[in-house]
Amino acid sequence: MGMGLSALLVIALVLLAFLGVQVAGLQFLFGVVIPYAAFFIFLAGVVYRIVKWAQSPVPFRIPTTCGQQKSLPWIKSNKIDNPASTAGVIARMALEVLFFRSLFRNVRAELKDGPKIVYTWEKWLWLAGLLFHWSMLLVIIRHLRFFADPIPSFVKVISSVDGFFEIGLQHIYVSGIILLLAVTYLFIRRVAIPQVRYISLLSDYFPLLVIFTLALTGILMRYFMRENVVAVKQLALGLATFNPTVPEGISVLFYIHLFLVSVLFAYFPFSKLVHMGGIFLSPTRNLPNDSRARRHINPWNYPVEVHSYEEYEDEFRQVMKAVGIPVEKE
Amino acid sequence: MAKVPKPEQLVNIDHKPPAKPWMDMPVKFEEGMWCYAAKPESLEAVGLPNPRKWSPEEEDWKLPENWKEVIFEGLRERLEKYRSLRIFMDICVRCGACADKCHFFLGTGDPKNMPVLRAELLRSIYRKEFTVAGKLLGKMAGARELTEDVVKEWFYYFFQCTQCRRCSVFCPYGIDTAEITIIARELLNLLGCNIEWIASPVANCYKKGNHLGIQPHALKDMVEMLADDIEDVTGIRVEPTFNRKGAEILFIPPSGDVFADPGIYTFMGYLMLFHEIGLDYTLSTYASEGGNFGSFTSHEMMKRLNAKMYAEAERLGVKWILGGECGHMWRVVHQYMNTMNGPADFLEEPVSPITGTKFENAKSTKMVHIVEFTADLIRNNKLKLDPSRNDHFRITFHDSCNPARAMGLFEEPRYIIKNTCNYFYEMPEETIREKTFCCGSGAGLNAEENMVMRMKGGLPRANAVKYVHEKYDVNTLTCICAVDRAALPTLMNYWVPGVSVSGVHELVGNALIMKGEKQRTTNLRGEPLLRTEDGGDV
Repeated sequence: MGMGLSALLVIALVLLAFLGVQVAGLQFLFGVVIPYAAFFIFLAGVVYRIVKWAQSPVPFRIPTTCGQQKSLPWIKSNKIDNPASTAGVIARMALEVLFFRSLFRNVRAELKDGPKIVYTWEKWLWLAGLLFHWSMLLVIIRHLRFFADPIPSFVKVISSVDGFFEIGLQHIYVSGIILLLAVTYLFIRRVAIPQVRYISLLSDYFPLLVIFTLALTGILMRYFMRENVVAVKQLALGLATFNPTVPEGISVLFYIHLFLVSVLFAYFPFSKLVHMGGIFLSPTRNLPNDSRARRHINPWNYPVEVHSYEEYEDEFRQVMKAVGIPVEKE
Repeated sequence: MAKVPKPEQLVNIDHKPPAKPWMDMPVKFEEGMWCYAAKPESLEAVGLPNPRKWSPEEEDWKLPENWKEVIFEGLRERLEKYRSLRIFMDICVRCGACADKCHFFLGTGDPKNMPVLRAELLRSIYRKEFTVAGKLLGKMAGARELTEDVVKEWFYYFFQCTQCRRCSVFCPYGIDTAEITIIARELLNLLGCNIEWIASPVANCYKKGNHLGIQPHALKDMVEMLADDIEDVTGIRVEPTFNRKGAEILFIPPSGDVFADPGIYTFMGYLMLFHEIGLDYTLSTYASEGGNFGSFTSHEMMKRLNAKMYAEAERLGVKWILGGECGHMWRVVHQYMNTMNGPADFLEEPVSPITGTKFENAKSTKMVHIVEFTADLIRNNKLKLDPSRNDHFRITFHDSCNPARAMGLFEEPRYIIKNTCNYFYEMPEETIREKTFCCGSGAGLNAEENMVMRMKGGLPRANAVKYVHEKYDVNTLTCICAVDRAALPTLMNYWVPGVSVSGVHELVGNALIMKGEKQRTTNLRGEPLLRTEDGGDV
């Protein structure tokens, strides 16, 4: 259900932009109003989400420890997978965020006859996930060239490395191709693995399909339709400098691309895409395992009803005395 | 009690999900897969809500009239109190990496046992009530209405999770199903839907100090019987004290080690060790339980039961606390106790009176794990050990979930084992240390009536034992958890007959050469040693 619907949804969105621009001539709406709206929804939504998360305290220190603890000095501890210090936590988080450390642990477990559970190498999800996210980051950085004049040097450097390969006289941006391939893999995987398909919601297929369409339209514009980049840059710069204009000569394909970006931005704070921010706040990863060495404070710790020793002794004084267990009151 | 099918029948497991979406699959209470309902008197003893006679099998669960409100209010409160919950409700991308990491999914094939789906059972309600998308789009956004069937489903599946945290090792965002299960069980407890196997130990522990409700004189009796057994084997009389003021150290074991085979041999090991090094320690009858079934009920109940440890340490005026081999006890002690019931300013930073070692890692909580303590003794050559006395044991070590994934206590027990035994073999890498598999009976699920669940959930663990049993002739599964010692013998009998279960300090007790002891002819279990008179191997 989710898969079909989200495909329909993406097609509808593409059609909407097509009709809006091509038939109704709403260039300003799709080129200026919607992108602005989407961007502000994105900003406000992300701030709201993070504030909401931050408002809930972390009452207990609950890291998941994935290596030897720091205990006796002669036992070598695992400073990253079981960090006891802030530096260790930073290293752990860096590995998680930049290289998906935990996902890299993945192995497949299968029950074979015997019975025998066998564990097999399975890093494809890790690899595709890593390629997907990194190539997306590169693509986003490359796009900054449209929003700034002159183009920042780091954008130029990254773009030239990314576009190292040439076919004919055309530089090929590897990141865009990899993004398309990775998102395709992630989609196929979601459909093909029965368990993953079973847990998938519309909101799992939808962003994949949007990003797939984005990558595809981007590649079409760059290599096949030869989009008028001067005009596009004029539009983007206008947006960035709050001086929006809608130049002539921009194709409908671009508006479709821009509309889908807008949809993705507006959708971001209300969807699982917030995992990007959430990972930084995950209490099983971002805390040192030092709860016996340093007291962690729970801001809402409250007194509870307990059964005191006095009550206990009152109940058992006689039997305790009878067997010589010391008591407070004779 | 449910009839347990034969292993060859149980192993017919289909991991393919059904055609129907999970939201359309009503929960079915299968035989042997659930635990009896908490009795009213167990809930009343600690003042938990809605005590009543009921059974999960019956149609009417006798929920309070405003049960929906209770759940929504309870969930709202917890979302505001626990960042973990809020984050874990929001950020799952359903990548599925956790699916085949859960022993219950591997052992049952039930899709709702995939950690991701277990969490979705709660997430779907969260979405409907607390998110815009869920309110507007309903099912399309993965949201659904809260109904009585949902409560029943929660009961079935959140009491089919042992809070082992294995999935959280593999989750790219560290989503911890234990955290979700703990909170879901809190919500169920607001409606009075607990299981008796948890509620009864909680009630006993609260009033009488330990899970079985052993009274002080009986506890003393049991310990003295174990002292008799030690005397039979070694000729040495150990003299543990109870509730003794002015002792240097308060020792708190899991009570299971006092009365249940094979935990008692571990307990004997503790007593022998303390005697040999001349430790100035006392046991307590009031704080006679290290375990904490409150932690399987709610954060508040965990705190109420745990409070006794510090209270008793303060009353007795000890310097610090030493804790026995227990899994979830150490989750509570390590990650919760100091926060909940500290600061323990009345105690001193723990220093081993024998070696002078400062336990820097425990300087605030002031409680040391006995394997840390003993490893330090061995390292400093304070113990005379004869590993050959354990030669009848061909050992593998089961990392218990909580010391593994909530502490990282990996090398200390291995160091002790390697110094007390000659034959030690590791299970496959994917099944030990932080990737260890649960016994299948943790988090209060080691009852009798759910034996099918336990045998299914324990399959991955048992399978790894079977591997070393066949490859290295391993016959002993050693662990540092009292629930393991209670649960694993049954599991081994079922899947890997011929493998027995021990604690690490049982091995210490066997290997320990005590001053003035007689020539030992048996181990602590009374089994003859594989040795000749002059000490050589047969």
